[in-house]
Amino acid sequence: MKNSKLVWLLSLLLVVGLFLAACGGDDDKEATKDTDEKEGTTEEPEVVADEEQVLNLIQTAEIPTMDSALVTDAVGFDLLNNVNEGLYRLSQENIAVPALSDGEPTVSEDGLVYTFTLRDSNWSDGTPVTANDFEYSWKRAMNPDTASEYGPYMMSGVIKNATAISNGEMEYTELGIKAIDEKTLEVTLEKPIPYFLSLMSFGTFLPQKEEFVTAQGENYAKNSESLLYNGPFTLANWDGTGLSWQLLKNEQYWDKETVKLTEINYDVVKETATAVNLYTNGEKDRAGLSGEYAMQYAADPELLTELETSVFYFKYNQERGGEKTPLANVNIREAISKAFNKEDLASVVLANGSTAAYSFIPKDFVFDEDGNDFRDANGDMAVFNVEEAKAAWEKGLSELGVTELSLEILGGDTELSKKMDEYFKSQLETNLPGLTITLKEVPFNVRLDLDTNQDYDIQVAGWGPDYQDPFTFLSLWETDGGNNQMSYSNPEYDQLLQDINGSLAQDIPARWEAMAKAEKMIVDQDFAVGPIYQRGLMFLQKPYVKGVIAHPFGGDYSYKWAYIEGK
Amino acid sequence: MAKYITRRVFYMFITFFLIATATFFLMKALPGSPISSASKLSPTQLAVVEAKYGLDQPIPVQYAKYMLNLAQGDLGNSFQFKNASVTDLIIDRLGPSMLLGTQGLVLGVAIGILLGMIAALRQNTIWDYGSTFVAIIGISIPSFVFATFLQYWLAVEWKIFPVGLWKDGWVSSVLPSIALAMGPLATASRFIRTEMIEVLSSDYITLAKSKGATGFEVAFKHAFRNALIPLVTVLGPLAAGLLTGSLVIEQIFAIPGIGEQFVKSIMSNDFSIIMGTTLFFSAFLIVVIFLVDVLYGIIDPRIRLSGGKD
Repeated sequence: MKNSKLVWLLSLLLVVGLFLAACGGDDDKEATKDTDEKEGTTEEPEVVADEEQVLNLIQTAEIPTMDSALVTDAVGFDLLNNVNEGLYRLSQENIAVPALSDGEPTVSEDGLVYTFTLRDSNWSDGTPVTANDFEYSWKRAMNPDTASEYGPYMMSGVIKNATAISNGEMEYTELGIKAIDEKTLEVTLEKPIPYFLSLMSFGTFLPQKEEFVTAQGENYAKNSESLLYNGPFTLANWDGTGLSWQLLKNEQYWDKETVKLTEINYDVVKETATAVNLYTNGEKDRAGLSGEYAMQYAADPELLTELETSVFYFKYNQERGGEKTPLANVNIREAISKAFNKEDLASVVLANGSTAAYSFIPKDFVFDEDGNDFRDANGDMAVFNVEEAKAAWEKGLSELGVTELSLEILGGDTELSKKMDEYFKSQLETNLPGLTITLKEVPFNVRLDLDTNQDYDIQVAGWGPDYQDPFTFLSLWETDGGNNQMSYSNPEYDQLLQDINGSLAQDIPARWEAMAKAEKMIVDQDFAVGPIYQRGLMFLQKPYVKGVIAHPFGGDYSYKWAYIEGK
Repeated sequence: MAKYITRRVFYMFITFFLIATATFFLMKALPGSPISSASKLSPTQLAVVEAKYGLDQPIPVQYAKYMLNLAQGDLGNSFQFKNASVTDLIIDRLGPSMLLGTQGLVLGVAIGILLGMIAALRQNTIWDYGSTFVAIIGISIPSFVFATFLQYWLAVEWKIFPVGLWKDGWVSSVLPSIALAMGPLATASRFIRTEMIEVLSSDYITLAKSKGATGFEVAFKHAFRNALIPLVTVLGPLAAGLLTGSLVIEQIFAIPGIGEQFVKSIMSNDFSIIMGTTLFFSAFLIVVIFLVDVLYGIIDPRIRLSGGKD
């Protein structure tokens, strides 16, 4: 094989590269010492000066893109949150707090015009971040040539004219954002949006420097060199499609005193077994656990569990192929919602940190001013109760005039989904006499197709939030809404949705109440959907890793406050 | 010979064209869309994104455009990696896959041939049974089990090699190469053993022996060369498979190879990468099969390359 020569040359290059990388590592150590000596302004425990502030992490997928207008995935949003900064940022308590915005903006009487004053801050090339950088990037996200998915999705109905622009009725330059001067930014909304400021921490609303983006042209965001950063870290050594990259402390960041880590090394590892081996060997500081590994490490002292804000639920299709399904009967839906033991499902079948869901809005997601979780507004709904389930079932069957029913459950084709589906089948068939469940297990893409064509009876579906407000969940079931592929329609519910983002938009307590009412309606009165579980995450993390903040939406984690202690 | 080669090259192009066409239409029949948040967008918003990528055109038009670009060597841009050209991606990911494949193949075939010969020359002895045992292990244990086993013992417990990742230069390639070598090792040893036993009992071997050739001469000069032919036949596709990357091995050792990317592109409906990698794999296989056919003539002059009609 002639190739082998080339291949030897390649591996030689790799070895040389490794030496170079190793040399580079020493410089970083020096840098650590410097910053640690300066540090000490916060109330965080003092970091020992000679402790190496390096974090080694695993990511489970590659970075599809770092262009904030084009990012649609978890990895991208996670990184954007750490290498860039918008008007607001989620704090350690997961509350959106002013970041590049110098204090709270002034808001017009009608709640439509927000005027932000920007603090002095720089891009990683040393040039200042200006109001125009926001105007440019938001408009770029609405420009049809950019073909952004999240731009129109996040801005429509929020920023003035965004809906008209995305329908092609208006030029993207008409978007309701304007740089008054270098430091003053004026944003006009379509209607008052109570959660607008939390949106400002989302990746799609990050600034981009016009001169830089235009100069890069087609090459913009192609690799870590063709991007600018204004967040706690900068991205380095990313070639655009590779399996490894680094975050380095951004010396230009306005709040760099807070940032303690000097370096975060990422590698993409898709196998749980490999991730765990790397963790045990001490090469990585955190490893996600799935499937049997979650059970195996259940008692490990380094195991951590985190509740995510994704909720999984039965989606009851009321109309299939132009005909009403048995699920159009509310009693049948009620019976199914109450006929399976969710606690056992979460703790025994899933056993991955997930918890049973008795609501549609997840726990630990939205809080009111007094810190009350929205989750508690309605208490537990659709609780497992065989008697109630049976009663509703009998009633439903007699209304339909049948004694037996056969329904299909549409689920995913992963090991875990299959296990879960088996459990549903056995629980439902046992507790609801006369019910036969057939299982259909398909890959994700196929499930989406079947969902779009409304070709299923009961679907095991999930949803994660796009902004920190219950509305991101509630809006799914608007009559004829884009995600309502199950023919649920209740004029009362539609009215509530209208009020929530209309007449009640500025009356926070009344809005809160209306949202709670809407949630009760879909989960406990109409049984439009049957909540199953809220997804949890189990992972191993070295005890010396401190201060990593997990977020309920947008980027998954912040490393701005993270540090290494006692390694 | 020249005529034969010209004709073969012509057929190779036809094959390639057919593969490209079939893949294109099959791929378009896949459920789902390469636009990851399609379900969140309104129809007009979705139309804007689709127009940008030319997905709004009828499929025959998309096909014609693709083939025209392909003729100019342009494989297009990836959908999942916004901004990344498919050609760059394949080139970047090919290096590690090629290195592992080559090492695995060379190692596996070399040891396999050795084991096969020992088994044939020492038929029905402990040597024979030993080599059969190794071959059965190689065939029956899936490479991912073997890879996990290697990773656990040699990397986690004994710390001789890295657990995975493509960071420690050549050392990183050792475990995955060994894991990949098991398949070809088993195949090679079985083929060589069977063939050698057959060849060793043929008339010309008896003649060679009676003319005073030593056992060593008989084994290497006469028997081995003839036993190679069937091995060469299976080696072609085997090599193509190994060199273009193994999904499982690359995933277990977290190696940035092409095999892993191939499967991922199908899952995410990344049309341009599906096409790019499929075409690359096919081209590779087509060329390897061609080379194998040419090699036959060199190993065994009895196989005539110019067809009967000419």
